[in-house]
Amino acid sequence: MATEALGWWGVPLAIAAGTMRGGTPFLFVSLGECLTEKSGKINLGLEGTLLMGAMSAYGVSYLTGSPWFGVLAAGLSGAVLGAIHGWLSQQPRVNDVAVGIAMIIFGSGLAFFLGKPFIQPSATQLPTINLASSGMAPAVQAALQISPLFLLGLAIAPLMQWFFRSTRWGLFIRAVGDSPEAARAMGVSIFKVRMLSIMAGSFLAGIGGAALSLYYPGVWTERISSGQGLMAVALVIFARWNPMACLWASLLFGGAQSLGPALQSVGIREGYYLFNAAPYILTLFIMVVTCSPRRSLVGAPGALGTDSQGRA
Amino acid sequence: MSSKRYLNLSRRQVIRGMLATTAFGLTAKLGTGCSPASNGAAAGGGADGLTIGFIYVGPKDDFGWNQAHAEGAAAMSGAFSSVKLIEEASVPETTAVVESMRGMIDIDGANVLFPTSFGYYDPHVLSLAEEYPDVQFFHAGGLYQEGVHPNNVGSYNGYIDEAQYVSGIVAAMTANAGRLGFVAAKPIPSVLRNINSFMLGARSVRPEATTQVVFTGDWAEPIKEAEAVNSMADQGIEVVTCHVDSPKIVMETAERRGIMCTGYHADQLSLAPNGYLTGAEWDWSSFYTKLVTDISEGKSLMDGSIPHMLRGGLREQFCKMSAYGAAVSDEAKAAADAAIAQFMDGSMVIYDGEIKDNNGGVAVAPSESLKQQDVKLEQMNYLVEGVIGSIGS
Amino acid sequence: MSASWRRKLESLFIPFGALVASLVLFGVFCGLSGANPLAVYGAIWRAGFGQWSTFQNTLIRAAPLMLSGLCTALPARLGLVIIGNEGALVIGGLAAVATGLTLGTSVPPLMVQVGMAIAGMIAGGIWIGAAGWLRHYRAVNETISSLLLNYIAIALLNHLVGGPMKDPSSLNKPSTFPLADVNMLSSIPGTRVHWGLLYGVIACVIAYFLIQRTTFGFSARVAGGNIRAARVAGLPVGKLTVIVCFLAGSCAGLAGMVEVAAVQGVANESLNVGYGYGGIMVAFAAHHNPLAAILISLLVGGILASGGTLQRSFALPDATVLVFEGLVFLVVLFSDSLYGKLPFFKEKPTITSSPSPPPSPGQEPVVTG
Repeated sequence: MATEALGWWGVPLAIAAGTMRGGTPFLFVSLGECLTEKSGKINLGLEGTLLMGAMSAYGVSYLTGSPWFGVLAAGLSGAVLGAIHGWLSQQPRVNDVAVGIAMIIFGSGLAFFLGKPFIQPSATQLPTINLASSGMAPAVQAALQISPLFLLGLAIAPLMQWFFRSTRWGLFIRAVGDSPEAARAMGVSIFKVRMLSIMAGSFLAGIGGAALSLYYPGVWTERISSGQGLMAVALVIFARWNPMACLWASLLFGGAQSLGPALQSVGIREGYYLFNAAPYILTLFIMVVTCSPRRSLVGAPGALGTDSQGRA
Repeated sequence: MSSKRYLNLSRRQVIRGMLATTAFGLTAKLGTGCSPASNGAAAGGGADGLTIGFIYVGPKDDFGWNQAHAEGAAAMSGAFSSVKLIEEASVPETTAVVESMRGMIDIDGANVLFPTSFGYYDPHVLSLAEEYPDVQFFHAGGLYQEGVHPNNVGSYNGYIDEAQYVSGIVAAMTANAGRLGFVAAKPIPSVLRNINSFMLGARSVRPEATTQVVFTGDWAEPIKEAEAVNSMADQGIEVVTCHVDSPKIVMETAERRGIMCTGYHADQLSLAPNGYLTGAEWDWSSFYTKLVTDISEGKSLMDGSIPHMLRGGLREQFCKMSAYGAAVSDEAKAAADAAIAQFMDGSMVIYDGEIKDNNGGVAVAPSESLKQQDVKLEQMNYLVEGVIGSIGS
Repeated sequence: MSASWRRKLESLFIPFGALVASLVLFGVFCGLSGANPLAVYGAIWRAGFGQWSTFQNTLIRAAPLMLSGLCTALPARLGLVIIGNEGALVIGGLAAVATGLTLGTSVPPLMVQVGMAIAGMIAGGIWIGAAGWLRHYRAVNETISSLLLNYIAIALLNHLVGGPMKDPSSLNKPSTFPLADVNMLSSIPGTRVHWGLLYGVIACVIAYFLIQRTTFGFSARVAGGNIRAARVAGLPVGKLTVIVCFLAGSCAGLAGMVEVAAVQGVANESLNVGYGYGGIMVAFAAHHNPLAAILISLLVGGILASGGTLQRSFALPDATVLVFEGLVFLVVLFSDSLYGKLPFFKEKPTITSSPSPPPSPGQEPVVTG
């Protein structure tokens, strides 16, 4: 028999593999959102950015035959949407949550509009790195097909951690996010720092979209994102604005997506709608447990959610 | 803006250049040909007064249900130069669809409407049909009740489970161990019927075959669909098929994992050139063309010259099989062709008792032989013996 | 020319200017995709506003947006950004159906309808009230918690209509049992618009007076302006937060009730079709002013109503209306920043405020210190 049935052992394997596959878009979007929020602005529009990224990646990969151009295009289209958000949300009396939701509508509309011709064709997918040896069971071999995007995300998380902690620019971003007054006193342009943070964050979110359309599940359809962009906002809070924690949280959320189908395939199948809501319930629960009116969340940027204008 | 650049490439160049199917080519042609000529509020329509409106619940190019109808509509309108086709996509099953239909009638002068989503029927189509007794409403779904629903409403429904039965035969004879998989959206009768027919087809040639079913919970759940195929591949399942909105993900993931697949909704050979065995395809072009021929000859639902229930399977050309893939043996082809022949001469009854469900109960009693039109089949709430899975939500 | 005259003119000019600007941008977009912008404008006008018959289409689409918009607009006066409209709407619809089915035909239809409305409002109110409670007493960010509550509500809806509340005869579209016909809300006489529109208008008017003309509203605005000052002044900030959020949620819950009792007759996945996110944008575009929300809802209703024409007459894809909607909202949001900046309206050094005086929401930090 060519394939070896794994039975119950398939569940942890499926989760491990699904964690890497399904966690990659979460990872990029949440790192992007983390960077954005560290500078003191929320970007709910990453859902639209994700879709735009997925569409541009797929389209460019299809037209040029090079998936890496696709990834680049995804990042750039994300950065363009990010520039709109960054500029608009820093105008006086303009609320960043509202801009975010308008950007979801606009970004997804644009992605759907431009993406019509790319639904049918098959674009070149990103290559995967094979860590398996030929003697392993096929299921294990499949699980060990690692995407370079996943590795890239894996590298960006500690890099971003280091960036926030130890670099001058990281300090600027934290200062702008924590206390814009102090940052202004330091002579930092709040507008520029936020603009660049939002654009860079959206660049990452766009790559998250590329992970959806060029890696896993590897198609472009209008329903490709099942809310990962919006979820990333919650995920960042779940991770307390810590890039390394974003990594673990993304893996957790990615793994949760694969748990349902994996359990069904070995015979457990009750209440899958409620099961699918588990990540949301868990996040809410953790927020309720850990937040307290007496102390602020560790890592929360002080200016987040305020309308502090930084046109200095 | 860099992203706007390939706007100009869009639809015009890319679609035309690459889409092989003639039907879809027609859509694109129609898209450019039908410019703002029709803005007037006056009712009128095409040359012989026939304006036909199609409404889809999702985008027209979803590689699934909606696309199958849109291609059928395009083929139909290509066959009648005098018919004006108007379309609206992504219309939700709320007052929005009532207003869309009303707009098609009042503004564009539509006299025949095809609301193609199941959930449009009650209450939306029913309420509007009473208001516009001269407009004919053909609803895809088979929900018409004689004497209860308005006279100008008709239902049409394709028994695509016949094609799934044949797919089941091919799948079971090609799989070494007879282990099949089915990625399904929701445990509702139309989906269960496809799963069961697939299983019964498989067991008709291979009594020990099994079908693992995974419900994703919704019509389009790309990641869960891919996860389902992956976990099935991990479990050693050899052939997968599906009933979801867009089978593309299931086919491509199966191909990547090196397992085989059978298609749904449309021909998906190009997505899985190695593993594609065959597939259950809709054949709406034939149906729509025939129906519109009747209408343009003056027949109508109201005078009874068009039946209110239009149903059929392989024989009536509501659905068809994809061509066999390379991996299908001659033996399997012969068995499948034999089943198709039985469907064609009307001698095949899929749900012929006794059939047990997968909990050991009796689903179809020994004395029963449920023909395709039997209402019992439309209320299906069981999985037959051999299917691994349960319909609890 | 007095300053107030200029201010009035400005508050008229800026929204209309924004509308015109977004139409121009959309026209460019249509032009790029091969449609004649002028013809598109004409078609949008005819499809949304031109005749009484098509204007009713706009009214029907606007009705749920007004109620859903209040769900964001009311808490905004307290400085809270609530985006749980969709969830409250779904929960309200579920509760209304459950009540309508329980009461059945045992009591007069009017009582059933009132019962359904109350149930929907209470359920939606509790849903958003919970977000408000968590905000005040546990310092949980209300934007995120209400977003999460959306997903939870939708999962609950799917679970209930697919299992415990499912009507076995709702075959291929799992739904609850249908409400009795006599218990359904009818249309406003002489129109095809259901009573939900009137509920929306009434709710907006009540909300306006509640916020602008009562001490309760004044307290809420004070608390929204400066939470510490409100505490010092002895205002019960916690109670205010929970009550305002409850009222907000009850509006969305009522929208859910209208959707099941006037349109669907059952609860099923069609409850979740995006009225929530539309409502959020309506609230922001209206500066959280309930009366302005009526007008903005009509505008958005008209845009949505024109979506069909864009597809049918111009062969533009279905996503065009999304682009249009997104453009309008982005430009309208941007226009808010122009108050006091345009040279013509700027005579005195005093900075003009936006037409309604609320502080922008989100004025306070995520966590209170």
